[in-house]
Amino acid sequence: MAAVELNSVWKIYAGDVSAVKDVNLSIESGEFVVLVGPSGCGKSTTLRMIAGLESISKGEISIGDRVVNDVAPKDRDIAMVFQNYALYPHMTVEKNIAFSLKISGMPKDEINKRVQNVSEVLGLHDLLKRKPGALSGGQRQRVALGRAIARDPKVFLFDEPLSNLDAKLRVAMRTEMKSLHQRLATTTVYVTHDQEEAMTLGSRLVVMNAGQIQQVGTPIDIYNNPTNRFVAGFVGSPAMNFIEGKLQVKAGQTRFSRNGFDIFTGSVSNLPDTESDAVMGIRPQSILLASEGSSDSIPAKVDQVEPLGDQMDIKIRIHDDIAMIARVPLQTGVAAGSDIHIAYDSGKIHFFESHAEGTRINRGAE
Amino acid sequence: MNGKRFSISIPWVLVHLLLIAVSIVVIVPLLYLVISAFKTEQGFLEHTFIPIGEGALGIDWSQLTIRQFGRLFESEIGIGRALVNSVFLSATTAVLATFICALAGYASAALEFKGKRAFEWLVLAALIIPPPLLIAPSYQWLHTLGLLDSYTGLILPAVAPAFGVFLFRQATLQSVPKSILEAARIDGLGEFGIFLVIALPMLRPMVGAFLIITFLAMWNNFIGPQIVLQSAEKQPLSVVIYQTQTAYYSDYGLLMAGTLVSILPVAALFLFLQRDFIAGLSSGAVKG
Ligand SMILES: Nc1ncnc2c1ncn2[C@@H]1O[C@H](COP(=O)(O)OP(=O)(O)OP(=O)(O)O)[C@@H](O)[C@H]1O
Ligand SMILES: [Mg+2]
Repeated sequence: MAAVELNSVWKIYAGDVSAVKDVNLSIESGEFVVLVGPSGCGKSTTLRMIAGLESISKGEISIGDRVVNDVAPKDRDIAMVFQNYALYPHMTVEKNIAFSLKISGMPKDEINKRVQNVSEVLGLHDLLKRKPGALSGGQRQRVALGRAIARDPKVFLFDEPLSNLDAKLRVAMRTEMKSLHQRLATTTVYVTHDQEEAMTLGSRLVVMNAGQIQQVGTPIDIYNNPTNRFVAGFVGSPAMNFIEGKLQVKAGQTRFSRNGFDIFTGSVSNLPDTESDAVMGIRPQSILLASEGSSDSIPAKVDQVEPLGDQMDIKIRIHDDIAMIARVPLQTGVAAGSDIHIAYDSGKIHFFESHAEGTRINRGAE
Repeated sequence: MNGKRFSISIPWVLVHLLLIAVSIVVIVPLLYLVISAFKTEQGFLEHTFIPIGEGALGIDWSQLTIRQFGRLFESEIGIGRALVNSVFLSATTAVLATFICALAGYASAALEFKGKRAFEWLVLAALIIPPPLLIAPSYQWLHTLGLLDSYTGLILPAVAPAFGVFLFRQATLQSVPKSILEAARIDGLGEFGIFLVIALPMLRPMVGAFLIITFLAMWNNFIGPQIVLQSAEKQPLSVVIYQTQTAYYSDYGLLMAGTLVSILPVAALFLFLQRDFIAGLSSGAVKG
């Protein structure tokens, strides 16, 4: 096991394409860190630089106490699982798992022991003599996992290993990967574009966008205290509602309005006095149904209803043109076209600066 | 109902008529060759196909013989020696050319190296040069290098055909995913090991096909040996069979028997490597 350190790491491709910009990241030994972000944000590139499959344009990466910039992939003591599994098609499952051990010159009986061990952990016994072509996607994925585990590396690197599986299997494999990590406690860097997968798997998340780290933190922390508008919008489902308007804070009283209509009035902690353009962010889960008479309730019109079992997502409009999505309990009386009243869970309202970066204004004591 | 069935059958009938026609075009000359190889001179001249006559099964057996094959192997013609020469030349060329083309094609598809673009352009440029244009310059080179009348002189120009490099490049792009090579790199294989142990087995269908292509090309090479080789004992089958004919007299029975002998090893090779044409070896390596 080893810590992984990235110090001001850059990847600049030919033609001045900066895929990774000044990434600083410190991964502790035994940690399960998830790199998450939209397609093209540089997650894979970052992972591949750690693996040594991609050269480092600027900066330094170390694994354990060793700077690995000039160390070949095979000497970094890492194992990688690829999105398409990358199994050797002409070798049996057994040979696939044993391949790297054989190259390293491990004695035969030791190899056999490891293969047996791994196939027990992952339930591969019946598949050992088959070739990858005769396996289902889920089975191939397990073999790829087995191949990585058998090496007993310092660091696991995963690049979207579950994204080719069907939804149900993917969820099952998440649980399995998690318990596997608890058992092996090997430092793991896991790449995914799926924020839900990231939230369930990672002990820490690294949210990336356009080659840069946006925020590093525990899933809960990132969900509750996003540093900027990008992170707020990327994490959570359905996505956070954003409303542009004017923010006035005076003597602890907050007022957010748009086109003269008040959208929110009340008190929000950690807001400095201000009078400026801003963006209000509220998660669909933080919009509540209210009764008509209650003090802070806002009238809204329901445009559309999407039932989801015991809950439903409703598309609503307030003040005629401000659209939002709310997730509410499945309730009679809320149907498309009906008029309702809503209220906010005021502890969960965020305000962001209105410029492109969209830094959050109501920063807590982070 | 019948009419409907019939109308559906029309394309079927057309396709089969076409297939039958093509088969006839392919089979008849072959049949002609086989039968002619077993005929006496007189039989050859008197009958196009099977010599019809008074004998059993309505065949004139006196006009059939296996004497032509005996004559082929007599020391005067020496087809045995020529056969060995041809097998050696073709096998050596096929193995070398396949290995070199696979290596170069793989490198240009899967690796990054200095001068890669220039290399690819060179291959493309070489592809469009008509081979006859190269006969004279090649001869001059071989003369300069002192390789005339040697097998090296015949094999060397054939070991790196541009179209082979191109074929293997395309095959690599199509059936060898980069991530598999990267997995092998992490697993600790060196670059040459990756080519040999990982990539080459995945290119097996192309390897089989290209072995046949290059073997056949050298086997059927008729002009090359006549230009490069001078010594009679070094000549391959293609040349020796032709030399049985003289300016004044064509011994067709002998020619046909010789041709048949020259076809058999190739047919055997083809049957042997045919399984490799069955692609799909690498299907399932990557996501399904
Ligand atoms: N070889 C390359 N040459 C030039 N640009 C590249 C190269 N490889 C990747 N890029 C660019 O670098 C950026 C980051 O790519 P990367 O593969 O790291 O994205 P990602 O976050 O893994 O996305 P995805 O979720 O789609 O896999 C992209 O804009 C991509 O176009
Ligand atoms: Mg990626």
